[in-house]
Formats: sequence, structure tokens, C-alpha cells
Amino acid sequence: MGVLIILILVSLAVALAFLFAFIWSVKSGQYEDDYTPSVRMLFDDEQDKSTNTDNQS
Amino acid sequence: MSTSTSGTVEKFSYDNNIVRLFANATILWGAVGMLVGLLVALQMIFPVLNMNLEYTSFGRIRPLHTNAVIFAFVGNGIFAGVYYSLQRLLKTRMWSDLLSRINFWGWQLIIVSAAITLPLGYTTSKEYAELEWPIDIAIALIWVVFGWNLFATILKRRERHLYVAIWFYIATFVTVAVLHIVNSFELPVSMFKSYSWYAGVQDALVQWWYGHNAVAFFLTTPYLGLMYYFIPKAANRPVFSYRLSIIHFWALIFLYIWAGPHHLLYTALPDWAQSLGVVFSVMLIAPSWGGMINGLLTLRGAWDKVRDSVVLKFMVVAVTAYGMSTFEGPMLSLKSVNAIAHFTDWIIAHVHVGALGWNGFLTFGMLYYLFPKLYRTQIFSTKLANFHFWIGTLGILFYAIPLYWAGFTQSQMWNDFDSNGFLEYPNFLYTVTNILPMYAYRAIGGSLYYIGVIVMVYNLIMTARVGSFQKEEAAEAPALAKANPGLAPGEHWHRWIERRPVQMLVWALVMILIGGIIEMVPTFLVKSNVPTIATVKPYTPLELQGRDIYIKEGCNACHTQMVRPFRSETERYGEYSKAGEFVYDHPFLWGSKRTGPDLAREGSSKLRKPNSWHFEHMYDPRSVSDGSIMPAYPWLLEKELDTSTTAAKINAMITLGVPYEEGYAAIANRDLVKQANEIADEMRAQLEEEGFEVSADREIIALIAYLQRLGTDIEKTNETAEKQ
Repeated sequence: MGVLIILILVSLAVALAFLFAFIWSVKSGQYEDDYTPSVRMLFDDEQDKSTNTDNQS
Repeated sequence: MSTSTSGTVEKFSYDNNIVRLFANATILWGAVGMLVGLLVALQMIFPVLNMNLEYTSFGRIRPLHTNAVIFAFVGNGIFAGVYYSLQRLLKTRMWSDLLSRINFWGWQLIIVSAAITLPLGYTTSKEYAELEWPIDIAIALIWVVFGWNLFATILKRRERHLYVAIWFYIATFVTVAVLHIVNSFELPVSMFKSYSWYAGVQDALVQWWYGHNAVAFFLTTPYLGLMYYFIPKAANRPVFSYRLSIIHFWALIFLYIWAGPHHLLYTALPDWAQSLGVVFSVMLIAPSWGGMINGLLTLRGAWDKVRDSVVLKFMVVAVTAYGMSTFEGPMLSLKSVNAIAHFTDWIIAHVHVGALGWNGFLTFGMLYYLFPKLYRTQIFSTKLANFHFWIGTLGILFYAIPLYWAGFTQSQMWNDFDSNGFLEYPNFLYTVTNILPMYAYRAIGGSLYYIGVIVMVYNLIMTARVGSFQKEEAAEAPALAKANPGLAPGEHWHRWIERRPVQMLVWALVMILIGGIIEMVPTFLVKSNVPTIATVKPYTPLELQGRDIYIKEGCNACHTQMVRPFRSETERYGEYSKAGEFVYDHPFLWGSKRTGPDLAREGSSKLRKPNSWHFEHMYDPRSVSDGSIMPAYPWLLEKELDTSTTAAKINAMITLGVPYEEGYAAIANRDLVKQANEIADEMRAQLEEEGFEVSADREIIALIAYLQRLGTDIEKTNETAEKQ
């Protein structure tokens, strides 16, 4: 049982490291393209096929 | 961003049939689940509506209502929305039609088995996880089928970027799987009976970690995903801030998992765990409101569309209700507010703002959007849809406001002292009868809401009739070239992650596990969290059987077993509850709603009633307690106690660490019969005079034994202490 706890704690440490890296990235707001996906999702209906923006993004 | 979608254009089609199946199921189970809700609401005013039938008594069908609206109505709504939007967002058909069908029929089978077993009294007693172990296993399997289909579809997508809604779906799948498995850890005793692996405080912590996250990851995150898809689609404009949606997602899934203990404030849960729950619950307001604002501001400069689109009307109210309940949630998590609201109807009002407003209205909006699309027509009657919107909105108000009033009023009455320092309302019943008018208004609100649902069902059926269903919707998109393993110049690493669903899965899993593990592991490990009380002993075989009847009849739906450390409660019920009192409780039975009085000290010298009182009270509560709204349980006097299970139950308890003597299972029934005879003999003379027949082998005897045991162990402690 004890070893399970150790394993969990190790995973936890790794996870926390990821987490802090992530929070840092969010705070630094370095998202490259945080607009196109929101527009692209609007153009998937049949009649809009011609306006598929895949090659413009 | 540099693109890598240079493949040839491929033709394929979207599977609309699976969407239609789930949408129809959503409507059907919504109508059923809400009707049962209306029935339980009416039972609280007219106990006669329990029909003196075990299968329709409140304790058994209240879980039927909650399970039906959560897992059947909202559950099918999630699947309908996910199967529709996922295909279109990823420009691909679902990976496997077979898995889609297994997902659908398996889920309906689970719902049907729940609708059969819950009225029969097969329940674990753990809220929103009442279904017994074979159904739990089925849920896990079908859920995995859903996840398998989800991820396989993501892997074969034709759109590199994973739109924000898909992240919410992924988090939903992963977290619900983890929650369900951890909380359903139970030891089967028979085909439809099991005991929770955890006991007392630990069981409570696991349960509310699950319970709260069922709200978070079943009622919230998938619906946020649907919001991020259907609101922009219905308004035909992009979400207000895509960046905000990314932040919303990560912040929300990380914070939500820690909030569970706010369901256990002022209970015997260790203080540090309570505080942790409070802190994270308060923080939750930030991402929640970020999401709400993002949803509403999507309509900035286009509010005129809301006037014309009934879909948007529903969704705007849904998002507003989301905002209100996620403001109220953190407030209710503050200990001082919680002290007032906990165990009262305030909480029922709170969850229904979320359920009727957020889940209900978003589902309705989605259905009004989907049906015309699927049937290639217009909505049959916009007028009726608008009528549904208005009567539904009124219904929510008529539902919630009286219950806020009722909850606050009752709480104040519980806490009221007279000038001599005695309880102003020592009779609990008076605080119940006083709020019955509010229960009536609530039922009116629920009826209004339900009328709207019926109108919607008619409207959607007519829409389907007028239109022609398009089973396959043709589409085409360029194939995705092999993913670029590196990053384009200037590209941020998060973009790299977004392209990798499997890594996303692992990450999301890791993040939600952090919350759960940090909160739970120490409680399991740190012994000091559960002080051992020497006089707390395992239940006798008869009491154990009685406890299982208590669970079967769902007594915990209305009665708590948790005296909080307030003077108003210790005056009314006696000593406050200690963690050490519950160490043999598999499962814990603290309850979450005090429609009737707390029972934690029911057998104590302060509250103890004669055996015959319990007997008559169960037969007809109103014969001993005029005006009571408790259902009658006449069948307990008739049904023989099944003692063939005693040995298996004792053995299961031994396996779970309850210190019965080795080999006790074999002789347990001897003690059971002896105790049952004592109880029956004690009250026989009096009851036979009143025309009752008293037999020691009936279920009522076991229930009385259990009730008379409650709260007695700790008195022995006090006596010992006094002697010393």
C-alpha cells in the first residue's frame, strides 16, 4: 500500500511541474492564434463549403 | 499559423441518425424524469400521493427523479450535442457507427435498469450514485465505449485544431470515468446489494468529491462545450474571446475537482479538508463567470438576434442561470452562509436554478436548433416555442423563489431561541408545516415548467413530421497531412499540445487527479483524522439489517445523521457528531437534506422514543405526529425480514475491516432473533391492545433496532468519562 502512495506522490510532483508551466504560459498570454478557430467553426455547413478557411489560416 | 492541410479533398458524410436517436431519448427521458420530479414535489404537500406503496414512496422515487434528469435527460442531451458538434468540428464522421449504436442502446438499457431497480429499493444510498454494482459496471463499460469513439474520431479528424468545445468533451469523458470508478468502489454482498469500500468520514469525502464533480463534469463541462458550439452557431458569430475560452477551460477543470468538501461544512470532516473545499469553491467564481461572460458577450452588438431567435432566447437564459448558480455556489461555500443554508430547501432552489435554467434551457435551445437542421425545415411553430420559453422562465422563478424563502425561513426557525434560552420551536414538525405553502408554490412552478416541456414535445414532433429527416449529411474536406511534429517558427507550445488529443487526455487526467489525490490520500493515511472512540462498536446483526432497510427505503433522502456543532443543533439533538462515531458505517448516511429531523441521536436518552412509538409512526406517521408529511410504511409491518443475507453481510463487513469476531457470521442470526424477540416482546402488549399484530420476524423490528441504536454509543463514552 505504501508504495502506491509513493508512486502517486511522484506522479503528483511531475503533474505539478506541468501545471505551473501551464499557468505561467496562460499568464504570459502567448497564444499565437487565438482568433481563427473561433471563426472557422462557423463555416462548416454545406452551403458554406466554398468558404472553407483551412488554407487561409 | 502555417497550415499543413494540403491533402486531397475527401467526400464523406455526417451521421445524423445517432444524433436523432439521442435527441429523441433526451426528450423522452426529460418528460419522464421531470414528471417524477413533479410527483415527488407534490408528495411533500400531500403525503397520500406516496400511495402507501413501497414502489412509489418518496425515498425510493426521489433518486429516480435525480437519476432520470441527470443521467437520462442531461446524459442523452450531452451525447446528442457531442455527436452532432464533434463530427462537424473535426470534419469527419464518427469513427465507428457500431460504437455509436452501442453507446446509445447501452445507455438506454442502463436508464431502464435504473428505472426498475430504484423503485424496487436497490440502492447504495450515495447521492447520484445510487445504482447498484452491476449497473455501475455497465455504466463504466458504456462510458468507455463513448470515450473510445470520441478519441478515435479525434485521431482521424480532418481539422488540425481542436476547438475549445472538444476540450470540454475530453475533460468530461476523462473525469467522469475517474469519478465514477473511484466512488463506486463497493463490495458486492449479493446480486443487488453492496457495501461501500469506504466508511464514515472517508466515504463521505469520496462521495462528495464525486457528487460535486458530477455537477462539475456531467452537468457543467459538457454543457459548456455545447455552449461554445451552439451559441456561436445559432448567432452565426464567433465566440467573444477565444483566448478567454482557453483560460476558462484550464482554470475550471483544475479548480472544480477540489471543491467537493463544501458539501460537508461543519460536519465531522477534518477542518483542513473543509477549508480547502471553501477556498477552491470561492476561486471557482472566476472561471465560471469568465465562461458566462464569454457566452453572453458573444452576442455583443447582435442582441437583436435574440429577439428573433428562440434558440438564442433559451441559451441566453441558460447562460444567465449558469452565472447565477455559479455565483451562488461560492457564496454557499462560505461557512457562515452554509451554516444557514445547509440541509434546507435553499440548496434545492440552488440546484434547480442550475438544472432547470442552465441544463434544461440549454438543452431546449439545442433541440430547437437541431430539429430544423436534422429535418431540413423550419421549426413547426415559433409561437409555441416562444410560449415554451416564457412559461419555462416563469416556471423557474416560481420554483426557485418560494424555495429560497422556505429554506431561509426554516433555517431561522431551527436557530431561534426564546428569551429564556430555550429553542423557540422545539417541535421540528412546526418548522415543516410552516413552509408547506412554499412547497405548494414550488409545485406550481414545476408544473409551469412542465407545461412548457409538453408544448416543446408537440412542437418538435410536428417539426419532424413536416420536415424530412436527412440521415446522412454529405460533406467534404481536405485530408489532414501528417502532423508536423515540430513547431512552426513563432508558434507557441500550447498550439503543439492542442494538436495531440492523447497527450491532452493524459494532461487533463493528471490535472484532475491532483485535486482528488491530495484531498483524499491524507484522510486515508492520517489516523488522527478519525479519532477512535472506544465505546463505538459494530452494529448487531439485527441493527445492520435495519440499517439496510433504512437505506432501501431511502430514509436518508429526508433525514440527516449529522449534528453540526451549533448550539441550536446540540440543544435540539444532543452532542455534535464526531468522526469516530462513523468508523463502521459502510456507507455513511449523513444525508444532505433535513426535511425531517436529524436522526444521528435518535436512540439517545435525550431523544429516545418507545419502540411502540416507532412501530405506530412507521405504520402511519400522522397517527402519532399530526400534520407530518412523512410517507407511511405499512409494508414494513408485513414483510418478513430476509435473514438469509445476514451471514454474507457480516462477512462482507469483516472484509471491510469491521471487527466482528472470526466465525461470527455463522451464528449472527441467533443474536438477531434474540434481539428481535426482545423488541417485539417489549411492545407487544401495548400494540396488541391497539389492534396491531406484532411479530418478531418483520422488517419493522430491524428498523426499530437500528433507530434505537443511533447515538447511543457515544453516551457510553460520556458515562465512562463521568465515572472517571
